[in-house]
Amino acid sequence: MSKELSYLEAIREALAEEMRRDPKVFVLGEDVGPYGGAFGVTQGLHEEFGDLRVVDTPISESAIVGISIGASQRGYRPVAEMQFADFISCGFDQIVNQAATLRFRYGGRATVPIVVRAPSGGNVGGGLYHSQNPEAWFIHRPGLKVVAPSTAFDAKGLLKAAIRDDNPVVYFEHKYLYRRAKGPVPEGDEVVPIGVAATRREGSDVTLVAYGAMMTPSLEAADRLAKEGVEVEVIDLRTLLPFDKDAIFRSLDKTNRLLIVQEDVKTLGIGAEISAVVMEEKFDRLDAPVMRVAYPDTHPPFSHILEGANLPNADTIAAALRKLAAY
Amino acid sequence: MPPIKRTKFKLTSEQLLEMFYWLKLIRAFDERLSILVKQGKVRSGVYTGIGQEAIIVGTCFGLRREDFICPLHRDLGALLMKGVDARTMMSQMFAKTTGLSKGRDSALHSGVNELGIFGNTSMLGANLPVAAGLGYTFKMEKSDNVVIAYFGEGASNVGDFHEALNFAGVQQLPIVFICENNQYAYSVPLEKTMAIDDVAIRAEGYGFDGVAINGNDVLAVYQATQGALARARGGDGPTLIECKTYRWHGHSEHDKAFYRTDEELAMWKSRDPIPTFTTYLRARHVLDDQKLKEIESKVEATIEDAVEFASSAPDPSPEDAVSDLYA
Repeated sequence: MSKELSYLEAIREALAEEMRRDPKVFVLGEDVGPYGGAFGVTQGLHEEFGDLRVVDTPISESAIVGISIGASQRGYRPVAEMQFADFISCGFDQIVNQAATLRFRYGGRATVPIVVRAPSGGNVGGGLYHSQNPEAWFIHRPGLKVVAPSTAFDAKGLLKAAIRDDNPVVYFEHKYLYRRAKGPVPEGDEVVPIGVAATRREGSDVTLVAYGAMMTPSLEAADRLAKEGVEVEVIDLRTLLPFDKDAIFRSLDKTNRLLIVQEDVKTLGIGAEISAVVMEEKFDRLDAPVMRVAYPDTHPPFSHILEGANLPNADTIAAALRKLAAY
Repeated sequence: MPPIKRTKFKLTSEQLLEMFYWLKLIRAFDERLSILVKQGKVRSGVYTGIGQEAIIVGTCFGLRREDFICPLHRDLGALLMKGVDARTMMSQMFAKTTGLSKGRDSALHSGVNELGIFGNTSMLGANLPVAAGLGYTFKMEKSDNVVIAYFGEGASNVGDFHEALNFAGVQQLPIVFICENNQYAYSVPLEKTMAIDDVAIRAEGYGFDGVAINGNDVLAVYQATQGALARARGGDGPTLIECKTYRWHGHSEHDKAFYRTDEELAMWKSRDPIPTFTTYLRARHVLDDQKLKEIESKVEATIEDAVEFASSAPDPSPEDAVSDLYA
């Protein structure tokens, strides 16, 4: 049995191990230096690796990403931290126009091995600008990869894979999970491959696809349904771009029913895309309409009453599962 | 702020003639492109730097292969001087597979890492954070290589300019920032876009020196650049050199540039960098009729060969539109 780490510690361990392994890996961002990051993710790194490889930057998200891109063109593998995923909008152009397109417009003669870490998600009382889930913006941009781990194991393994990947990867780490998710982590060179989903629970009646902090209420809802005689197969996407279509299709072949749960707002989130792909390629296997449980199309409010009303939970997910199973 | 020290330099007759060749080649290349657009042979995406060549020649002359340049959309000549051959460059404009981007984008959105060339997007100023990242890697390696980052006076109003120059100043990065102040941001004159006369003074806010010089005098540009390069290579940080100039053509080849007067254009044409340098070379007996003829023939042959090569080069295949997105 390997050691257990929190999700946050797993991210930190991935950073430290990759920095020890490869001198071309360095981290940069706001407060990532001696302070150790707004959430403490980079604690200890400055002490071990020094000023040059743990770079405290000015409040300049666009430059943080742009600097990363520049360094990547000389063979470095920078890991840029956005203090909150909400702030990624300030670095948006560098990610979607500079990084995502570079290989394409260079005729395939260059790579952009950067990782942009983005602490995302709600249920932490953060309000409008410390709770967002902006993953869909990046799923919509060819040339990027987007990952969103839900466990400590994947947090470490996916970050290591992202750092070693030659493409720009946006890594959404969920703030709610930082200290709540704990578990074993991969050791040594083991990584969690990008683009591969994980089946967290087997079942033959309904397929539930979720990711990030939505895994917990999804699994809880699946447990409840089991008591009611409905076996739900729960798939953790882990990677949002490219998402593991085959894993979803394999499950659908058993269940013929699909529910997608996302903390992101409903309109044009990844649920919409998965639903469309399933309609196009698996329509004949469906016994019920594809359904979604998602954040309503609004902004994340500060009041816990208001936020609680918006966040999908085991109750709302279970209700949707019941409806699907009975269809 | 202490004034920048005068930099002594001595160029041999051969070097002076080489500079002259580059001025003539870059001018001829852009002029030919302008005609090719009118003939419908090049689709568009042509932003000539006619009138601004002295800046490119004066800054690129004598750079090392390892030094990086981050040119802007008007700096085709910089790619040529840094080692992209005329055939490849012309193929790029013809959208052929033999171009840098294999027909995926026109103009200067492609770079060549092996030659130390970064290709920017159309988001002006977005190359500056990248330049900071490249410069940061030279700092990490304690190397004396440098980055030359180009931008227009228009791009000095973009947020990326501030973020990049601020970071470069804080980190004392080996970067020479070259402002090509051609008086217009597309159609909008300088006085409508900034409340100062010289972009150069913006450097003071970032803790390094800025100078404004005559950008149409190739030797003045060369001298200022050599001084800034010596500082950058010696670990004394960045410099901003504002080169006052004027673009003769419109923003792009479709722009008739009715926003400026004939008199203004005529005044700037009287400051054409090429005749000025020709007079200087003749007076110093470096250039005579025979040498001039030789250089002009070589330029013409190079352009003809490039056009011939590019027009008969293979077109991209439809599948190239969706390849090279990921490594």
